[in-house]
Formats: sequence, structure tokens, C-alpha cells
Amino acid sequence: MTVTLVFLAVLMAAFAGWLISQSVNVKPWVAASPEAVRAHHWPAGLTAPRIALVVFLAVVTSLFALGVSAYLSRMEYGVDWEPVPEPGLLWLNTGVLVLASVALQTAWKAARQGNGVRLMRWLAAGGLLTVAFIAGQLIVWRGLADAGYYVASNPANAFFYLLTGLHALHLLGGLIAWTRPLVRLSRGGAPGEVLGAVELCAVYWHYLLAIWAALFAILLYS
Amino acid sequence: MANSGYDAVSHAPPAEVGEMELVHPKTFVGKYIWSQDAKVIAVQYGITATAIGLVALVLSLLMRLQLGFPNTFSIIDPASYLQYVSMHGMIMVVYLLTALLLGAFGNYLIPLMCGARDMVFPYVNMLSYWVYLLAVLVLASGFFVPGGPTGAGWTLYPPQAVSPGTPGINWGIITMLVSLVIFIIGFTMGGLNYVVTVLQARTRGMTLMRLPLTVWGIFMATVLALLAFPALLVACLMMLMDRLLGTSFFMPAMAAAQGHDGGSPLLFQHLFWFFGHPEVYIVALPAFGIVSDLVATHARRHIFGYRMMVWAIIAIGGLSFVVWAHHMYVSGMNPSFGFLFATTTLIIAVPTALKVYNWVLTLWRGNIRLNVPMLFAIGFLFTFVNGGLSGLFLGNVTVDVPLSDTYFVVGHFHMVMAVAPILVIFGAIYHWYPKITGRMLDNRLGHFHFWVTFIGTYAIYYPMHYLGLEGVPRRYYAYGDTAFISDSVQAANVGITIAAFVVAAAQAAFIFNLAWSYFHGREAGPNPWEATTLEWQTPHTPPRHGNWGDELPVVYRWPYDYGVPGAEADFIPQNVPPAPAESSAGGTGGGRT
Repeated sequence: MTVTLVFLAVLMAAFAGWLISQSVNVKPWVAASPEAVRAHHWPAGLTAPRIALVVFLAVVTSLFALGVSAYLSRMEYGVDWEPVPEPGLLWLNTGVLVLASVALQTAWKAARQGNGVRLMRWLAAGGLLTVAFIAGQLIVWRGLADAGYYVASNPANAFFYLLTGLHALHLLGGLIAWTRPLVRLSRGGAPGEVLGAVELCAVYWHYLLAIWAALFAILLYS
Repeated sequence: MANSGYDAVSHAPPAEVGEMELVHPKTFVGKYIWSQDAKVIAVQYGITATAIGLVALVLSLLMRLQLGFPNTFSIIDPASYLQYVSMHGMIMVVYLLTALLLGAFGNYLIPLMCGARDMVFPYVNMLSYWVYLLAVLVLASGFFVPGGPTGAGWTLYPPQAVSPGTPGINWGIITMLVSLVIFIIGFTMGGLNYVVTVLQARTRGMTLMRLPLTVWGIFMATVLALLAFPALLVACLMMLMDRLLGTSFFMPAMAAAQGHDGGSPLLFQHLFWFFGHPEVYIVALPAFGIVSDLVATHARRHIFGYRMMVWAIIAIGGLSFVVWAHHMYVSGMNPSFGFLFATTTLIIAVPTALKVYNWVLTLWRGNIRLNVPMLFAIGFLFTFVNGGLSGLFLGNVTVDVPLSDTYFVVGHFHMVMAVAPILVIFGAIYHWYPKITGRMLDNRLGHFHFWVTFIGTYAIYYPMHYLGLEGVPRRYYAYGDTAFISDSVQAANVGITIAAFVVAAAQAAFIFNLAWSYFHGREAGPNPWEATTLEWQTPHTPPRHGNWGDELPVVYRWPYDYGVPGAEADFIPQNVPPAPAESSAGGTGGGRT
């Protein structure tokens, strides 16, 4: 559970620190003058979708941190632990996911520049590369099963399928969100209309890439 | 008001964040069924949770019949008794309390108290309710599948949860796990809404430190739930894989006959309680918040130590993640590990006790109005202190080990996290029903409901502590001729069963009151309790979709301006600007978010 505890400790410390910094020097019982109320401005960059994505990524991190905690603590029991071999295809898949992330980053940049053609091209490329990654993962799972590494034959296998499967599910969820700006663009929407959505997709993909890198490293390490 | 020295509208542009676009459907179905209005979603959550909660109430009565009058009712066999225990626990904790406090009160109160028009993502919010309803239906389907629902206890410990001999291992456990997974997905949708609405959609002037404590409690509980439910999700997925795909995450070598080998049941316990303990505070923190507002409003005093209350909520939230293993003292853990968790468990009593002192000090020399919500709030204080004190016993390893799995534990957690939050929920319903429907609940029925429930629950749960000290184990169908269990235990069980039926019957008066007052209750007016918070300042009662008129309210003061010296009325709503003298004395507390 150490991984989860470290994650939660950092998260809660940051969050509680921020909350307390908001409150420590305040006298809530003093009414504010209209001038003071009017003088305050909400930062324009803190939009609801952006905050929601950050909160959601915290939830996703909690999920994977718990999965990894369970994996590591089970590995410590040792005895019957037979690590899954890492097929070379996983390296290729990792490369594909990196490219998907790069493509979405480029699409985000194109959206900011208002370049509709480039945006459409890179957005579509990012999604298709992600589909390729998931297809690659399916091939990996099939290959492992054909080689006798069934989900039930060893705890290491079960964890491998569980963690990589959860990761692929999160990418599938991302692909559902990804279709929204794509459909809008293909119906003649301007780049500015989808800027927010493309930005969220790009950040989400980078984050899932980071989670994949962490998962892959832990799987290699075992 | 006489003391407004400024014209609110000309001085402060109301919408600090851009105005929301709301969907305004015209048809009945669009308004009340597929509704995106948080207030309607709140009522949907409330009705669904109450309905499934009544099922769980009936299950508990069936259990009481068996315990009070063993060998009398042939329909209750040992297997179905275990199924009642399991379903009662899981429904009450997750599908009733969590859904009611966060789904119903969160949806109704967060936008109104923050001065928002609605949740920030109304469509996702609607989806959250329908996913929750699906989870409830999948859960209820467990009663109709072959073999019935799971009988593994609400903690669903493996390996027995999926091993032969436990009821419901064919289908019941699957419907339970699938239902929990669906519930967590639905809750995440709702929870994102609650957190982001509190963080981002507060109206102008509503700084974090001017939020009513109700919002603070629900907000922090939602943060806990968002971070803790993934643990349950992982545990459910792993157990589903064990059950359906033959993996051995939790199945040790002793389950070799079923083809399992090498799993760790302890891993499940860690994951389950990593969710399970924060869950206690997911239920308690909204109750803490609501009771703070009930006490302040009906005692006509500002809450004592508002900032302390906020910090206590934050501290309890943080600490609740590092106490989970106190549920596992008997799992064979390293004693120093147990000592660590006993220490954190006792530390969490500090901010909790601080809150209790502050509630009592708020009542001290207050102008107490013993309205029905206030009765329930004071009832909560007693019950929570009683349940909390027995928690201090159980938090210590050496005391917990002999008491573990006895009725002492049952008495403790029912006092602290069943009766106490339910009293707050009742109080909150009596308090906000006039805003939701525009009519008051009947007062005499309310008093009857309170006294029977309050005294009745003590009659139920106090004797259980005694049973536990006698060593009577929980979850047993019958005790037979066990030497160490004295005859008086059976007498106590009869008494408890009778009290349980009386309390359950009193709830019929409450439900009748809810229905009758909806049509015949006294007209409430916009602000029957003379409260300061924003939900009582809406232009319409009940508030329409969008909550406010053309302009959002502007907030100038905290929610506890009761009995301000020199003010004309004994309360000043949050959206009343200060008189010139008041603000010049007060500096610039308004600049912070």
C-alpha cells in the first residue's frame, strides 16, 4: 500500500495546504464591502472542464496507484510468482502511444493557431494511433494466451491482464470524448469551437501515456 | 433591508464566471424524468435511495424476528438470515446513506448554497442518477436470481464470499459486485460535478470561507469518495475475475478444490477497508456540515469557531485515509502495525471532539428554538458522542481483540454511523422540506417521529453493547445452548426486537407526513426558519430551474450572521451588503477565493 499512501499523502498535503492557505488569514465573520467584492476576479483560465479533468485524473491516479500497490504487495509474497515475459511488441505499442500523444499535442497547437486542416489531420491521426495501440495490446494478450500465459495460470498473469486492460479501457473512454471534436470539425466547425475539447484530449492522452510508462516500467522490473 | 447601505446590483456585476446555458424542456417527461435540473435529480436520488432503504429496513426487521423469537418463523432459514445481514449492510451504507447525503443533499444544496444556477455539467449529473438507478436495480435483481443474494456479510470477505457453503455464490455475489462497479462509475460522474461546482461555480463574493459548513462537509466527503471508491472498484474487479475467470487474486491454497491457488485474502481486506474507513467519513462529514447549519440556524447564533470547523473537516478527511487497518486487528497483523493504527485512530478523535465542543458552544446561551430540525440535531449530538466514545474502546488493539465480531461492534457502528447520520438526515428533511415543496411538515407528527425514533434507537442499540460484553457473536443465526451466553441475552433480544418494530412503525408516520404535507401542509413562505444562507433567498419557493431570477445573488457576508449587535432583525442574509459603518470597521476580507 506504500505507493497509494505516498500518492495520497502528497495529494492531501497539497490540497489541504491550499485550502488552509485560503483560510488562515481570513476573518469570515467580517462582511465585505461591495468594493472588495467587486475587486475580485476569478482567473479566466480556471474553467470548469479544466478543473474537472484535473479532478478526474486524480481519481484515475488513485485507481492505478491502488492497482500497482496490490501488484507490488502480491509480488512480495513471492513463492509461486512467475513473471510474464514482455513481448517485444509492447515496445512497439509504447512507441505508437507516444506518437498518438505527439499527434494530439500537434492538433492542440493547430487549434490554437486556427489551422483547421492541420487540426483535423493531427486529431484524426492521434485517434487512429490510439486505436492501433489498443489493437497492438489485443495482439499481445492473444500472443500471451497462445503461449500458455492464461489469465488464471499465475497471479502475475492476472495482474498483467488487469492493469493493462484497465489502461486500455481508459483510452477507449478517451476515444469516446475524442469523437466529439472530430464530429464537430467534420460538420464544418471552426478550430476555435473545439479548442477546449482538443486541449482536454491532449492532456488526458499525455497523462495516460505517463501512466502507461509507469505500468510498463513496473512490469519490466518484475 | 434597513441596513443595506449600497445598491447591490450597481456595485458588483453578479456573474463572476460566465453564465450557464441551461436546458429548459417543455414536456413533463423532460422536466421531471429526464431532468437536468439538480433539484429534480436530488429528489430522484432521494426517492430511489429511500425506496431501497426501506427494503433494507424490512431485512433488518426479519433479522430481528429471528433473533428475538428463534425457531418461530419457518421462512427464515440460516442461509436467508445471512443474506438479510449482507444486503441490509451494503444497502444501508452505500445505496442509502452515501446516495442520500451526497446524491440527494449534495445535488439540492450545493448549487443553491453556492449561488449557482445548476451543477456545472448538468448532463453528466443526470447520467449519474440513471447509472445509480441501474446499480440499484442490478443490486435488487440479486433477490430474484437462482440462489438469492450473497450472504457473505457486507464486507464480502474472500475466500468465503465465493466459496461453497456461503449463500449466493452462483449469482448473488456477481450481481452485488457488478452493482458496486456501476455505482462507483455513477458516483464518479456525480462527484466530479459536486467538486467542480464548489470550486468553480460559486457566485460573486462567495469565497471558500463564506461557504456554509453544509457545503464544506459535502465537498470534503465527495473528495474522499472520489479517492476511496477506486479501492472498492479494484477489489470488486479482482473478485469478479476470481469468480468468473478463475484467477486467484484473493483465493489462497485452501481453495485449491475450486482450482484456486496462491491468492491473498488479506489483500482484499486492505483494499476493502482502504475504501471502507473513508466511507465512514463520507457519511459523517456531510452530516457534520448539515448539523452545524441546523444548530446555528435554530439557536440563532453564529457557529462557534467557523475556521476550526473547516480545518477539522479537512483534518478528518486527511486522517481518514490512514486508519483503515483498525478494522483488521484480528487479521494476524504485526502488533506494531496495529499500534500505529491505534494511534492514528485516537488522533482522529481530536478534530472530531473539537467539532462536538463547537456545536455545544454554539448552543451555549443561544436563543434556542426547539423546532423539529433542532430536536434531531441535538439528538444527533447525544448519539454521535455515545457512538464515538465506544469507538475509542474499539480503536485500541487490546480492547478490540476480545470485542471483535461481537454485538459491541454492532452497537458501536450503528450508533455512530447509522443512527447519528439518519437523525441528521431526518433533521435536514424537516429543515429543507419547506424549500423543496413550499409547505411545512406537520409539527405534531414530527415531534412524535423524533421522540419515538430517538428513544427507540437507544432501546435497540444500548443493550447490544451489553450483549457484546457478554461475548455474543454477531451474524449468528441462532445461539442454541451455548454455555457462556446467559439467559438474559434472550430477554434482551426480545426487547430489542420489540423496540425495532416500534421504531420502524414510527417511520410510517414520517412517510405519511411527507406525503400528506405535500398537499395539505401549511404554506411555508420563502424563509420559514429565518435563515441566512442563499437557498432561503431565492425569488421563488420552490426555486425554479436556474434557481435565481435574472441576476445571480451577490454575497457579502458569512452564513452565520445571527444576532448581530445593532442589526434590526436577528439574522442578516448572506446577500445583504454591509452598512457603511460595518464595512469600514471590518477591513477587506472579501478579496480571497
